[in-house]
Amino acid sequence: MQTDQRTLKRGKTREDTELEQVAQNRSAPLLEVNGLTKIFGELRACDAVDLVIGKGEIHSLLGENGAGKSTLVKMLFGSLEPNDGTIKWNGSPVIIRSPSEARALGIGMVFQHFSLFEALTAAENIALSLDKETPIATIAEKAKALSKSYGLPLDPSSMVGDLSVGERQRIEIIRCLLQEPDLIILDEPTSVLTPQEADKLFETLERLREEGKSILYISHRLEEVKRMCDAATVLRHGKVVNHCDPRKETAASLANMMVGEEVITAARTPAKTSGDAEPLIEVKKLSRPPATPFSIPLRNVSLNVRAGEVIGIAGVAGNGQGEFFEAISGEALQSDASTVRFRGKDAGWLSITERRLAGVGFVPEERLGHGAVPEMKLSDNLLLSRHTTDSKAFLGNLGVIRRDTIGETTKRISKVMDVRKSAEDPEASALSGGNLQKFIIGRELDRKPAVMIVNQPTWGVDAGAAARIRQSLIDLARSGSAVLVISQDLDELFEICDAIAVMHNGELSRPLPIAEATFEKIGLLMGGAEPGHVPHGEGAA
Amino acid sequence: MRIELTKRPQQSVLFSALSPFIALFLTMIAGGLLFATLGKNPFDALYFYFIDPLRETWSLHELAIKAAPLILIAIGLSVCFTSNNWNIGAEGQFVAGAIAGSLIPVLFPNFQMFLVLPMMLILGMAGGAAYAAIPAYLKVRFNTNEILTSLMLVYVAQLFNDWLVRGPWRNPEGFSFPGTVRFHEYAILPQIWPEAGRAHWGFIFALVAAVVVWFVMSRTLKGFEVRVLGQSPRAGRFAGFSSARMVFFAFLLSGAMAGLAGICEVAGPVEHLNEKISIGYGFTAIIVAFLGRLNPLGIVAAGLVLALTYLGGEAAQISLGLSDKAARVFQGMLLFFVLATDTLIHYRIRLAMNIRASAEGA
Amino acid sequence: MGVLEAILLTIATAATPLLIAAVGELVVERSGDLNLGVEGMMVMGAVTGFGMAYVSGSPWVGIICAIIAGALFSLLFAFLVLTLVTNQVATGLALTLLGLGASGMIGEAFIGLPGLKLGTIYIPVLSELPLVGKLIFSQDPIFYISIALTIAVMWFLFKTRAGLTLRAVGDSHGSAHSLGISVLMVRYLAVMFGGACAGLAGAFLSLVYTPQWVENMTAGRGWIALALVVFASWRPLRVLAGAYLFGTITIAQLHIQAISLADLAFLPGPLFWIAQLVKSIPSQFLSSLPYLATVLVLVLISRNRRLTMMNTPASLGKPFVPSR
Repeated sequence: MQTDQRTLKRGKTREDTELEQVAQNRSAPLLEVNGLTKIFGELRACDAVDLVIGKGEIHSLLGENGAGKSTLVKMLFGSLEPNDGTIKWNGSPVIIRSPSEARALGIGMVFQHFSLFEALTAAENIALSLDKETPIATIAEKAKALSKSYGLPLDPSSMVGDLSVGERQRIEIIRCLLQEPDLIILDEPTSVLTPQEADKLFETLERLREEGKSILYISHRLEEVKRMCDAATVLRHGKVVNHCDPRKETAASLANMMVGEEVITAARTPAKTSGDAEPLIEVKKLSRPPATPFSIPLRNVSLNVRAGEVIGIAGVAGNGQGEFFEAISGEALQSDASTVRFRGKDAGWLSITERRLAGVGFVPEERLGHGAVPEMKLSDNLLLSRHTTDSKAFLGNLGVIRRDTIGETTKRISKVMDVRKSAEDPEASALSGGNLQKFIIGRELDRKPAVMIVNQPTWGVDAGAAARIRQSLIDLARSGSAVLVISQDLDELFEICDAIAVMHNGELSRPLPIAEATFEKIGLLMGGAEPGHVPHGEGAA
Repeated sequence: MRIELTKRPQQSVLFSALSPFIALFLTMIAGGLLFATLGKNPFDALYFYFIDPLRETWSLHELAIKAAPLILIAIGLSVCFTSNNWNIGAEGQFVAGAIAGSLIPVLFPNFQMFLVLPMMLILGMAGGAAYAAIPAYLKVRFNTNEILTSLMLVYVAQLFNDWLVRGPWRNPEGFSFPGTVRFHEYAILPQIWPEAGRAHWGFIFALVAAVVVWFVMSRTLKGFEVRVLGQSPRAGRFAGFSSARMVFFAFLLSGAMAGLAGICEVAGPVEHLNEKISIGYGFTAIIVAFLGRLNPLGIVAAGLVLALTYLGGEAAQISLGLSDKAARVFQGMLLFFVLATDTLIHYRIRLAMNIRASAEGA
Repeated sequence: MGVLEAILLTIATAATPLLIAAVGELVVERSGDLNLGVEGMMVMGAVTGFGMAYVSGSPWVGIICAIIAGALFSLLFAFLVLTLVTNQVATGLALTLLGLGASGMIGEAFIGLPGLKLGTIYIPVLSELPLVGKLIFSQDPIFYISIALTIAVMWFLFKTRAGLTLRAVGDSHGSAHSLGISVLMVRYLAVMFGGACAGLAGAFLSLVYTPQWVENMTAGRGWIALALVVFASWRPLRVLAGAYLFGTITIAQLHIQAISLADLAFLPGPLFWIAQLVKSIPSQFLSSLPYLATVLVLVLISRNRRLTMMNTPASLGKPFVPSR
């Protein structure tokens, strides 16, 4: 029924009628984009994209990873050059050659991967995006005043490298507002925030709308789009598939437009573990001093994962998840052998290779440059994590690499995980994020690990691949393995986990069973609130 | 108009093979222009540089003599550079190897038997490796930049050698010329084919080393480890490989190869240790390593090409009165062109006119 | 006293080329490029400076030509590293090798020719002060330029918007690019500035330090300048301190080599005994002191990983391909 409704809707919201509607409903549009196209090599990242943003409108740009959203906004902001198409600003055609020209027109941007300089102060960062030369002291004053009026606290003299992700985003927003733009582009702003911080951001955005500013809001979180946006443009494979009013859609119908097919969510069968099952992962009071000036110390982290369970670790980026992964994987060793135990054996002094031999599989957050070597072939990348665990199969005398068996295994993994690639054995960097992630997960699953530890399993991955990856993790657990998932994506954790713990500032909360967990509770813990936070030592109980 | 690079999805196999040849070709053109501005006929000059030395057998032997140390050192450096360790002090390790290997014939001139030469070669390798261990240790232990330390140690080794051959090791019968006693026959590296020319066993060592290192680097887990750590240290750590151990492996190996080259030079064509043994092979070998695209088999070819520029430089000086310094300019240009053409392997290059013009028209 | 004064006077001469080359390289590295070709650019400056001064008869013409030569020569590096995205370490080495080779060829004609020495500038009144007058106010013009240059670079980096932009590019070229800063333009200019400085430093060697042309006359000073930048944690004032520290070591060992024991006969017993001991050290060992000191200083400064990490420009040596 839903599908019917959607086809109907799509029928009447054909481009031209939609454009007319928009033109009628609102005053003259602020920004009008026609046929904008960007080609990278053979890929049409944006293919004849049309977009109309009215004044005082929060317009959402929806689409999967790789749909062309970032490419589109980079063209609007002058950092990419379109191959074709026109942009009209306040009714007159413009060519935006550079970000400074965009800023001069009145377009501001808050980047997803912040364009900040860690070694400089907040005020210096702001100064760099202002086109006229202004003394740093004046900028600091203005920034302070503005941050106060919007309730976004900010210390202009602080070094960006020392700030949290949320604070960094505030600098980006203040920097953007100081230029008094008419159109603010926000690229995935909530992906790095706790639900409460996101609420705060929405208030700011709504206030900006009241002030008559337009906002182009990029997100894949459909609930917030429905809640806040006046109009939406949906992109798929670089093409506009729909213009619609998100308030009149359901989250499911929006998702279907983005993906182009029915969206599958992972099926989570109830865990079969009983409370007294032997834990396969035991972390006891794991502490770790910061390894670099910018890293977070771990403090008394304790956690158990039993066979058959998927346990999630939520948290805002940069709260010690990376440091925890390094410690538990054995990339960094522990001082006490018993702080990390796998399958009942002390593992704190074991190297990552020895931990793998003990039956543990690891998937790090960064795909290119950590989980895989970008310029090496997939088969070489298979060897990367399995040269010792599978030395009998993969290596001959004198450590000679057996290309044949490795090639076959690569093929098998690609088939099982549905890794789509352009060549028989391409370089890792030639694969899309989703396909490479499927391969890296498949590389570990292929060993049938008793313990699997995954950091950000579906970060930047398209919906189809994400669903497959999530299902495979649940299936692995249900077949008797222990699975630990570290993720910033709360929807994901709620979809696959049996319990969720929260990491904040290097400390880990007690895991909340999924039945008790709510977005609100987890969000509070992510923000560092005490309720539900268990003092050290009891966490593992 | 501007130059625009687009990353290739895959490394270009074609340009991987072709780039050294393109570089060589471009260097010849640039070299020809250089000779022309110096008032020489470029074709004559190029003839003396690249063809003349190949016309006679004895000359081919001289080529092998020059190529041997270049190839030996460059093979070690190729492993080092592939693992992203920048040992640029091979010249110092070359000298250290020469000194260490000379210990026996200089200090124990009466110890004469067939064992002497193998011991000298081993000592030479050990000396080079030990000297290379210094920057390696400093890098691992104190995080010290290996480029600068390994280079500084070149000057130190050269000065130390200078002191040795003028001071404690000077040949008392050498009419106050710096240099040690001439080595006895058991301490001399035999010539491969004495009837035809002077080429010695150092060249054979270079060929054997090339094949062995090529096999290890392209076929075994150790080679894989070197490449992984070189391209992505973080992924290497994830694989369970140790960067610190790799630093030592790379430096010790390249130091040993440079040391071997050093002792082969003094025990081969020079026949004693003097203050002039350090003539920059360790630096020219950097060019050889890159021209050979860090592949040991390619390095054999590249070593011969660079050796040719030395001989050619001499030939052009004798025949045309061209400065023999021109050879070093040639070598420098060659490295530039090699690096520049390597870009073609990873990127597509195009000259972009302003696309805006068309966008505006649309 | 005479000996001491002579030593102190010459320290500035030994320190000046290091200071100029290192300050130039500091700007280059602050923008995120590692140019290991300082030695090559310096020696090109030395040969150009000497040659043009000889031809024109004016050392100033030589100096200006050396600056231009250094900047032009550095463009080779800039083009490869910035436009063709080649490996920075290898390209810097190539620049050094080419510079040493080319200068050797160009300079063949100059060997043995008498050089032109740049005169000394006596600052009125101040130069008559005891000791300080001779040390600071009676030096060659490039000495004053080197001090002014250091201060100017300090002011530029930390007080101007252009300097802020340059530091930003060195910290994160990705962020700078997305803000619309032309990363390549900033880096081209920085590299050329570094080249110009190295050229000037080279000209100092062949027109002031030892007014003649000798092949490879830089003798590793370019490399020591590179080490100084690391030693100084990329701060101009510390480069100044480092350059004078190295100047002191260089001059001290030269004087120890030059002085005869007879001149020291006035020293009291134990001191004379120490002097005897020092004089018994072979000259080669003394000559290697500056190089060993460089290694030692690098070890001391990089031991503190935390500090090194905080100070190193974050995108130093990393390749950058702008997407358009």
